[in-house]
Amino acid sequence: NLGSLQPLPPDSNDSPASASRVARITGAGDQNLFTSVYPTLSQQLPREPMEWRRSYGRAPKMIHLESNFVQFKEELLPKEGNKALLTFPFLHIYWTECCDTEVYKATVKDDLTKWQNILKAHSSVDWLIVIVENDAKKKNKTNILPRTSIVDKIRNDFCNKQSDRCVVLSDPLKDSSRTQESWNAFLTKLRTLLLMSFTKNLGKFEDDMRTLREKRTEPGWSFCEYFMVQEELAFVFEMLQQFEDALVQYDELDALFSQYVVNFGAGDGANWLTFFCQPVKSWNGLILRKPIDMEKRESIQRREATLLDLRSYLFSRQCTLLLFLQRPWEVAQRALELLHNCVQELKLLEVSVPPGALDCWVFLSCLEVLQRIEGCCDRAQIDSNIAHTVGLWSYATEKLKSLGYLCGLVSEKGPNSEDLNRTVDLLAGLGAERPETANTAQSPYKKLKEALSSVEAFEKHYLDLSHATIEMYTSIGRIRSAKFVGKDLAEFYMRKKAPQKAEIYLQGALKNYLAEGWALPITHTRKQLAECQKHLGQIENYLQTSSLLASDHHLTEEERKHFCQEILDFASQPSDSPGHKIVLPMHSFAQLRDLHFDPSNAVVHVGGVLCVEITMYSQMPVPVHVEQIVVNVHFSIEKNSYRKTAEWLTKHKTSNGIINFPPETTPFPVSQNNLPALELYEMFERSPSDNSLNTTGIICRNVHMLLRRQESCSSLEMPSGVALEEGAHVLRCSHVTLEPGANQITFRTQAKEPGTYTLRQLCASVGSVWFVLPHIYPIVQYDVYSQEPQLHVEPLADSLLAGIPQKVKFTVTTGHYTIKNGDSLQLSNAEAMLILCQAESRAMVYSNTREQSSEAALRIQSSDKVTSISLPVAPAYHVIEFELEVLSLPSAPALGGESDMLGTAEPHRKHKDKQRTGHCMVTTDHKVSIDCPWSIYSTVIALTFSIPFRTTHALLSSGTRKYVQVCVQNLSELDFQLSDSYLVDTGDSTDLQLVPLNTQSQQPIYSKQSVFFVWELKWTEEPPPSLHCRFSVGFSPASEEQLSISLKPYTYEFKVENFFTLYNVKAEIFPPSGMEYCRTGSLCSLEVLITRLSDLLEVDKDEALTESDEHFSTKLMYEVVDNSSNWAVCGKSCGVISMPVAARATYRVHMEVMPLFAGYLPLPDVRLFKYLPHHSAHSSQLDADSWIENDSLSVDKHGDDQPDSSSLKSRGSVHSACSSEHKGLPMPRLQALPAGQVFNSSSGTQVLVIPSQDDHVLEVSVT
Amino acid sequence: MAICIPVITKENYPLYICSIPTENELKFQYMVHTSLDVVDEKISSMGKALVNQRELYLGLLYPTEDYKVLQGYATISKVKFFMVVNSSNTALQDNEIHRMFWKLHNSYIDVMCNPFCNSRDFDNMVMYIMIQVC
Repeated sequence: NLGSLQPLPPDSNDSPASASRVARITGAGDQNLFTSVYPTLSQQLPREPMEWRRSYGRAPKMIHLESNFVQFKEELLPKEGNKALLTFPFLHIYWTECCDTEVYKATVKDDLTKWQNILKAHSSVDWLIVIVENDAKKKNKTNILPRTSIVDKIRNDFCNKQSDRCVVLSDPLKDSSRTQESWNAFLTKLRTLLLMSFTKNLGKFEDDMRTLREKRTEPGWSFCEYFMVQEELAFVFEMLQQFEDALVQYDELDALFSQYVVNFGAGDGANWLTFFCQPVKSWNGLILRKPIDMEKRESIQRREATLLDLRSYLFSRQCTLLLFLQRPWEVAQRALELLHNCVQELKLLEVSVPPGALDCWVFLSCLEVLQRIEGCCDRAQIDSNIAHTVGLWSYATEKLKSLGYLCGLVSEKGPNSEDLNRTVDLLAGLGAERPETANTAQSPYKKLKEALSSVEAFEKHYLDLSHATIEMYTSIGRIRSAKFVGKDLAEFYMRKKAPQKAEIYLQGALKNYLAEGWALPITHTRKQLAECQKHLGQIENYLQTSSLLASDHHLTEEERKHFCQEILDFASQPSDSPGHKIVLPMHSFAQLRDLHFDPSNAVVHVGGVLCVEITMYSQMPVPVHVEQIVVNVHFSIEKNSYRKTAEWLTKHKTSNGIINFPPETTPFPVSQNNLPALELYEMFERSPSDNSLNTTGIICRNVHMLLRRQESCSSLEMPSGVALEEGAHVLRCSHVTLEPGANQITFRTQAKEPGTYTLRQLCASVGSVWFVLPHIYPIVQYDVYSQEPQLHVEPLADSLLAGIPQKVKFTVTTGHYTIKNGDSLQLSNAEAMLILCQAESRAMVYSNTREQSSEAALRIQSSDKVTSISLPVAPAYHVIEFELEVLSLPSAPALGGESDMLGTAEPHRKHKDKQRTGHCMVTTDHKVSIDCPWSIYSTVIALTFSIPFRTTHALLSSGTRKYVQVCVQNLSELDFQLSDSYLVDTGDSTDLQLVPLNTQSQQPIYSKQSVFFVWELKWTEEPPPSLHCRFSVGFSPASEEQLSISLKPYTYEFKVENFFTLYNVKAEIFPPSGMEYCRTGSLCSLEVLITRLSDLLEVDKDEALTESDEHFSTKLMYEVVDNSSNWAVCGKSCGVISMPVAARATYRVHMEVMPLFAGYLPLPDVRLFKYLPHHSAHSSQLDADSWIENDSLSVDKHGDDQPDSSSLKSRGSVHSACSSEHKGLPMPRLQALPAGQVFNSSSGTQVLVIPSQDDHVLEVSVT
Repeated sequence: MAICIPVITKENYPLYICSIPTENELKFQYMVHTSLDVVDEKISSMGKALVNQRELYLGLLYPTEDYKVLQGYATISKVKFFMVVNSSNTALQDNEIHRMFWKLHNSYIDVMCNPFCNSRDFDNMVMYIMIQVC
């Protein structure tokens, strides 16, 4: 790929060695002939390659042979021990044109013998005899022997068994096919023989060389001598165009020498090496422009070469060969290694080198190598291989820099006399410029000389080199290297007092180190930058850098103090423009570590005091007095948010109050450490219906922090991003001395406006220098709230029970109101609710945060209308809590709940049906109006009490004897003790007696259970049509031993009507005549006997009563119904009878019934109704029977399910009215007789029915 | 004897630097940092081949007059191990360097795998290498 790379043209004039760069072949015999053939021969020989098989298993190679033909002389033959291989004649050719036997015998034979003897004497076996046939000559001569004869003769005479050593070349100068053929054969022979000679001679040479090398430990062995021997081999390989092999020879020499140096360093010195340790006197760099630097070679030969000479020569040869091999980039790479190595070797061998001499040598060598490479490559190749050469550029730059420093060319004042002397010495060591570069304008020699000539010239050359190097590094992406060179350049500029030029390089390098977090380079570069900024007068930047350095732990304590002092000095200067602030980022000055609020939930009421305690970790090495530390606070009102209400805030915001701030690690890479830690939370999503888990996962709460665009690194250094916020709300702390390390700073503020306050910026001022933390993150907020005074009254239990003392909790939230002495709550008493005053009522007073509490006595004064509770004195934003006992007077709604006896209380039943079946307690609400001291309006509080009992009553009859049963059902969760049950007649019937049948006066009633009470009614005269009763029973909670107050008994009022028995109904069933038992399927007779038990009473006086001849009669309707379908009633099941209203009046009814089942069957029901005629206003009168039989019949049958006799009458009439209206027909009305008026004396009797005989089917119904 | 053994992360910031004598640490850091350029080049030019061949040793990176920066390279996590040796230290054999890097790498893996992260073992290994390699 290095097409244009060409080896340097052999410069035969300059280099004596180059003349022998081809194999030497001697020519003896006919010189004229030889001379005439020579041009063709030397031209033809290399034309075709020849395979060279080699010894030691080396790969065979195709080589082109080139030869240098010289006239044979005995001196040319190497003497014994001569190691010169380059001039070694590999083949000896004897040329003859002899075709005449006579001539042969006369001269040629002798000549040949002499020649052969000489060869034999030098033990050379590589010879060839060439007999040239010339037709022209033949023609001239007559006595020509056949060609073969002379050849045979020569073969016979000289080529003993080596007939191939004699060849015939026909007419070499003619152009004929025969000539061509002959030439080809000859050339092939020549090549073969030449190669054979090579193989043999080189093999021998190598063996000799090895032997010599093995002797290297012997005293007197010379490296230089050996060098020359092996180089001969290299030359031969080079001659054979085997550059690779040639290079190997030099590499071996190189390695051998290096090994000796290493061994020398390890104490194993070789004598010959001490010669190389002579002081360095010349440092004129590598010479690469000639294939062979004969001057150096000779010095090696003379064993006068210094280490640098040897190395230079060796490298120049390697370079030449590498360029032949088209590997210029390897030259560059090896050059760098060589230069490093030489410097090391000189050190190791402790060679005395004048200061700067090596720098000169390296500089010159770098440039020489670069120019050499440039000389054989085109621009594009160089540009695409910068990576290989840039190291040399960089090295040259470095060396020139150190030369500049050494020679005083970088200082501001220029070189002093000592520097000049040194410069002169250095230039002297360069010697005169080599002739081969004398005409080159930009030769390394000229460059160095010029650079050292003056300050300006040095600057120019140094800047040129530096910029070129930086540009090259940048172009191949080696940014770090470019920055590193840039830093050197910055140092140079700083020395030249040009800080404005240095700054950009320092900034660039620093940015690079910061980005990758290299602490020590950061510190070092920053130190340089600080100096630069100081010179430039960039006060803000300088102070910022100083603060960073003052906090840098990689610096010594003294350095840190110095930079800290720089800041403090500046800060203490009287500012020329007052009020001017230098704003610097805080992180280098001090770090905010944690923050905590007092109160810890960061919620404070208006006027309350809030403390914010922060821990600032000062990075400064000395205590720093800070005039003030200010926290800028952003105020916002979120009125509509429930989360900002006093209730929510005081209850919900429960943090531990300590907020930790992640340590700021700005010196470390942005990519890694600056990111906040992941804030991960578990997340569960549940189904709204059955609360089962739908999804679960982890969410990251601070994704926005993690995924935001990386800020460019420059912001780390630039103060421009920091803006000082000026807000109306600040927390301030003045005159604080920040000790190195952690400092506690407490801000105290009185809360003013309600709202949310967010801490935004933290600033610390030292004189005119302000250190600002632009954003406080994580977000820190505190809340200020205001609250209206409030009163809450709530029962302690789930529900309040009426009748017994119940505790109610009063909570007064004072809010912004301060409870003064004498402030009291005025409760307007509800009539049916007592507030029980206890002697030792106490109230608890809490602060809003519930942190402090105190106890205060509570004075309660009650009058008829008003209960006054004096509140204890309490400051604003406190809570007063106390409990009071209240008693709702028990009562039961009497007479179907129409009574309203609780004053303001409103007893109500919720749902009639529900109440019957369920266990809901009847509730009463008591409304209490409370006057609070903070308001002109009364607060009305409703308390709901539940009545623990439900009471029902029933009238029981036994013939004409009557009983009243009262059932008390306990619906509450409590157990009660019942005592002193009474039933009194509230009417004025004096002869009525209520005889209790209850035995125990005390009776427990357990939760959800009932207790029954029974009284017998007794009377002497005619009983009243209705009876008003009041049931009362004392009760107290079973659990409580003693109650402070006597409780009111529970009362229940009810009315019993028509309780006197008027009719006795008796039914009997008889088996058919002649039968002993009733049988299924056979008709039996049912006899119903209705007997009037009393004479005319008040209750009889109604429409049905008819009077005739002072006899009274009433119309009744009977009905036989068998609801259980045991009986089939045959014929009329009902009928209307006219019943005389007189005692013992009897009516008998016969009916046919048929039993449907066998067994003891209850008798069918017989019902009696009062049969009221329709109003006379109605026109026609229907036959009652036909109407009844018409039986769509929904005649009132609610006698069964209507035990409440109190409502029977009205309901019956309502029904009648409805039905008559509905039908639109004048109809007689039926009215069930109240349960108390009819006594069924046969109820409960049963009749035995036996199955009929031919009944084969037995029905069994199982339900 | 190695005079500085830095461990550099994937992001090219120093994870660990141990150097003797410590006065030269700044110089070493500059040097190692600069040599990262060459590491980047080598890694990108090697590409996938590096992973396949498991050849983690990148060889001589940044020779200077006085020091040689050698480097081993942990492929998977792209953590880089360096070794700075004196240029005069010519006795250092390649296979020995390989072995040292291998030891260093193993020790590093041990430390990384240890949840209790006892870096003392790693320190010891680094000190051992610094003294041993000669």
